[in-house]
Amino acid sequence: MTFSLFIEQLLNGVQLGVMLFLMAAGLTLVFGIMNLINLAHGSLYMAGAFFAATVFQISGSFLLAVPIAVALTALVGGVVERAVLRQFYARSHLDQVLVTFGLILVFNDAVRLIWGVVPVPLAPPEALAGSVHLFGGVDYPAFRLAILGVGALVALGLYFVVSHTRIGMWIRAGASNRPMASALGVDVELVFSLVFSAGAGLAGLAGLMAGPITAVQVGMGEPILILALVVTVIGGIGSIRGAFVAALMIGVGDTFGRVLLPPALGSMAIFMLMAAILAWRPKGLFPVHG
Amino acid sequence: MPSLLAVSELNKRFGGLVATSNLSLDVQPGETHALIGPNGAGKTTLIAQLQGELRPDSGAISFNGADITHEPPHRRARLGIARSFQITSVFPEFTALANVALAAQAREPHGFRFWKEAANDPALTAPALDALKTIGLDNRASVIAQDLSHGERRQLELAMALAMKPKLLLLDEPMAGMGRQDGQRMTRILANLKSSYAILIVEHDMDAVFALADRVSVLVAGAVIASGTADTIRADPLVKAAYLGHRG
Repeated sequence: MTFSLFIEQLLNGVQLGVMLFLMAAGLTLVFGIMNLINLAHGSLYMAGAFFAATVFQISGSFLLAVPIAVALTALVGGVVERAVLRQFYARSHLDQVLVTFGLILVFNDAVRLIWGVVPVPLAPPEALAGSVHLFGGVDYPAFRLAILGVGALVALGLYFVVSHTRIGMWIRAGASNRPMASALGVDVELVFSLVFSAGAGLAGLAGLMAGPITAVQVGMGEPILILALVVTVIGGIGSIRGAFVAALMIGVGDTFGRVLLPPALGSMAIFMLMAAILAWRPKGLFPVHG
Repeated sequence: MPSLLAVSELNKRFGGLVATSNLSLDVQPGETHALIGPNGAGKTTLIAQLQGELRPDSGAISFNGADITHEPPHRRARLGIARSFQITSVFPEFTALANVALAAQAREPHGFRFWKEAANDPALTAPALDALKTIGLDNRASVIAQDLSHGERRQLELAMALAMKPKLLLLDEPMAGMGRQDGQRMTRILANLKSSYAILIVEHDMDAVFALADRVSVLVAGAVIASGTADTIRADPLVKAAYLGHRG
């Protein structure tokens, strides 16, 4: 492998990792605080991409599409949480898996109904359409670099909110010990609604940023959901820091696995990594629950 | 004077198991009321219903004149009910000070202060430090909770309850798992708190109960079988048979 290919793949890996982090952040907090497995998180990723594509088609502006699509996805997440998922906090994981799997089917058909089965075009903003010359003669798409930057900013912002603000304190307390947090006067249900909506917004952000790279189409959320679940488990359920570290590991590991290993092994690489890590630390890298 | 806490005809079953049976009980302002009874008498279940973690099947709980039977735990916390848990349940990855600060903000109006800095906000850390001082744990403020000794964690829990500036303290076996020395220390701390708070305490350590309580109620099979001053309870033949007798 040449140096420039190595750098390019490394950047691809980190960029995938950043996207995975945006997905896993919501997933891990929802799982950590309310013990809810949400398979429909990938549908929110898809919703974000479709909302952005529509705003983009109407307005022609990608920059305008970003905040609108994120807000709409957060809204959809909030509605789904209130209307459906709230009834399932106290139920078994099997019930949760079944209902959220059902939601995937509903979301996919709703998208087919509204947008049709043909992928919807979503172009990156013109300023980011070209490539950037990096050191060592590497040319890298500007849009992918922008994703990296946005993801890093969001990760920093999340870190600040979770570790320094009051709502962050409630979130960590709720994830660590729910009955105790509510005995201390924290409205855990309200905190959870906010967390769920914010997590949905981040999934939407990841989806709309992936749109110009992959394709905006039905079912686009499922492959990334699986990777995000792997990240959540490796990082330690409920841990934002764990999600960040694991997302980068999986992003880079998956990218290099596919480049360096034979195809059959390459697509298995991250699952072998997960098995190895869980054998070593069964509760993940940064366990939250004592 | 009206009761601070009044429980009337509370019932709670878990399947065929009666955990609380037509239980009535009250705590007067400023009173320390101890709840004793053999294991499985339903003491912790009662505390959980008072704090809101469990809902009674029937009956009513009123606090400070208002019916709170259907209020969720966080609302009761804001009204002034603080509970220390039987199982030590501080947040292990927070420092001692951060644990207490979390409790301190429980009493603040909710408002839209989500984004306020938490760790260095004197509005939270000052009352948190006060509470740690009251308990005698202020020299351990910056220690991560999981590095504290068992006795210190129990003290920390009490400091968290105090930082909520409660009107009523529900203490579920604050001496559990403590050695003799730690237990005596805790008894002294609680004796100091007695004058400032109404307390409902569940405890197995009879020396502590008889030293602290203004009134003692005996719980057997989910019902109060006797209630009175420490001396009355010690002399009560029913209590001797049901409970104290077991202890030889």
